Amino acid sequence: MSESENIVVETAEKIFADLADAQEVNRDKKGEWKASLWKALTEAGLPLSWVDEDLGGSGASLAEGFGVIGAAGRFAIAVPLVETMLAGWLLAQAKIAAPEGEMTVAPASPRDRITLDGDGTLSGRCRGVPFAKAARHVAVLATAANGASIALVEAGAARIEPGLTLANDSSDTVIFDKVKPATVKPAPRGFDQTALMLMGGVVRSLQIAGALESMLDISVRYSNERVAFEKKISKFQAVQHNLARLAGESAAALAAATSAADAIVTAADFAGDAVFLEAVAAKIRCSEAAEKGGAIAHQVHGAIGFTIEHILHRYSLRALSWRDDFGSESYWAVKLGERVAARGADELWPLVASR
Amino acid sequence: MTAALRFDPIRLPEKCRQLRKEVRAFLAEEIAAGTFSPFKPNREDTDVPAFSRKVGERGWIGMTWPKKYGGHERSFLERYVVTEEMRVANAPTRRFFVADRQSGPILLKYAPEHIKMDILPRICRGEICFAIGMSEPNSGSDLFAAKTRATKTEGGYLINGTKIWTSSAHIADYMIAIFRTSQPTKENRRHGLTQFLVKMKQPGIQVNPIGQITGQYEFNEVVFTDHFIPDDHVLGEIDGAWKQATSELAYERSGPERFLETYYVLTELVRAVGPEPDTRAAEGIGRLVAQVHTMRRMSVSVAGMLQAGKEPVVEASIVKDIGTVWEQQLPHRVRELAAFVEEEVGNRETLEQQLSFAIKTAPKLTIQGGTTEVLRGIIARGLGLR
Repeated sequence: MSESENIVVETAEKIFADLADAQEVNRDKKGEWKASLWKALTEAGLPLSWVDEDLGGSGASLAEGFGVIGAAGRFAIAVPLVETMLAGWLLAQAKIAAPEGEMTVAPASPRDRITLDGDGTLSGRCRGVPFAKAARHVAVLATAANGASIALVEAGAARIEPGLTLANDSSDTVIFDKVKPATVKPAPRGFDQTALMLMGGVVRSLQIAGALESMLDISVRYSNERVAFEKKISKFQAVQHNLARLAGESAAALAAATSAADAIVTAADFAGDAVFLEAVAAKIRCSEAAEKGGAIAHQVHGAIGFTIEHILHRYSLRALSWRDDFGSESYWAVKLGERVAARGADELWPLVASR
Repeated sequence: MTAALRFDPIRLPEKCRQLRKEVRAFLAEEIAAGTFSPFKPNREDTDVPAFSRKVGERGWIGMTWPKKYGGHERSFLERYVVTEEMRVANAPTRRFFVADRQSGPILLKYAPEHIKMDILPRICRGEICFAIGMSEPNSGSDLFAAKTRATKTEGGYLINGTKIWTSSAHIADYMIAIFRTSQPTKENRRHGLTQFLVKMKQPGIQVNPIGQITGQYEFNEVVFTDHFIPDDHVLGEIDGAWKQATSELAYERSGPERFLETYYVLTELVRAVGPEPDTRAAEGIGRLVAQVHTMRRMSVSVAGMLQAGKEPVVEASIVKDIGTVWEQQLPHRVRELAAFVEEEVGNRETLEQQLSFAIKTAPKLTIQGGTTEVLRGIIARGLGLR
């Protein structure tokens, strides 16, 4: 990581540590922590990290933004920071200036479509749109006969049916019924819904990897404190081996997610094999790690980790629910398997070895 | 954070691309010439001395070693490319691989100059084969329980005892082994073992083959009876082998051979399902490809960190832990996914033969070169649990 990446990530980490401490957030049943956190993030220019200064953002690099997202995963941040970053990034693809305030993106699933009709209005139904209820604007990727478009929509113009993730974060159905966008522009050549899904998938992968790092950290710490049968449970070989497996899952998620982020940083576009393989593999492997790793973290904690008072669920449930966004691991596994099969057996190793 | 694991997204440098092409072309030539078959994974059955010499001629053994010992002073990442291409092609590497990965680096570090000048160039030319003498009948994972004695005599040592599970001992020219030169002390049970270079095929060494469940005879019992080893064949500190054992392990643990051992069944499954697999097969293949990609990215990352002079000991152990568990499970997952492959598919017999071999091979993968249990103990120590 370069020095400037470190500075941006350290800024984010300091804000998270000061204003989104898991213990305090967990105690605050009214959610009063959200406003001060969002204010500090906005003042630091983090929600619009990926928007150039001339479009209203802070102009951080892709790599810096990915670093912030990893940190947001480590702190299990539950305000629409990464969604706003992603929305700003999407708008910037079409040189649409980013507005102030919380944003999200739609569609958030590769199986949903928003169409741009001849009369300039948007129609479609998108499920599982993260933080739509909290967003002031939605950045939309719309498809039309002549290619993809990117649009900025005021959230109030769409109908929102509220829903919740496993972690009780908002994840809503957004219905566009002949909605007139505030701005709409054609997407750059080659940029389509798959590109948005791959980018969103890498974002979620980084968050899962970050949450697993924290789950490993707090599980190791807990095992060194908790005494049972007259010794610390960290001294039991069965517990040690479970934690070693959690470290393995955390490591696999971290390696896959950071590699995929690096692939996006260095690739010219989203069309080639490189980004597809890396982004899809990261989403699959991180989702698997969320299940296996999270189960171990809970096992180490015993009953206390199953309580609402303990912070573990902030990480474990978010990691599990992030699996669903921008294409589940099952969806992408089918797509990857189909691509590999279509190329043929002798092209598989060259594909793997190309990364 | 108690445990800051690092897996930097390291890429193979551009020069590896050309090297990979050369290796693939070479392997294609050898396959065409009938030296080995990429479809036959039981390469341990084929002992092909001529192949080793050709690999040596290409400069692909001892790639990272100093030129004055016959090496080529190339990077670990270049060596990585050669290793993975050979492994995926099922090339018969047994004659040189142990020396290239482990024995050579130990000699480089601990052997006297005249021995280095004698032996290392021969390794690089692919002329000699090494075995590793660690396990004994009552000392496997617990390395420091080794009892085979090296008793001081005039000009050297007399060896008495038995090593076991010694791969390739029946064809090896040399073995690097640990023998007991003193008793362990109260303070340090690891004290008292010394590393030696053993010249095989000499009086006082008897190699007895041991059959494996795969039907192969790849490992052996090696019985030493008053076998003489000269003083200059001591490697490193007398009684201090335990200090020398750890640093090389990162290289040994994290290479491509730690997750690609059964990879061939995945290739053959893709061939069997054809270009338009059903959803079940597509999903299964997609997951396996995502997993092998992730393993490889972790393994390359460790290789790159080693090249940069870092010591990712915990990361390397993690790669071997999850890599060997993965390659052990792979044939079983492929078997499940192959259940609905059409009867008349062209490669059915190849796939079935490969699965049969891979399933029989699988149990050893989490035992050899450090068991899963030992690895998880090392990871746990790195996490601050012991």
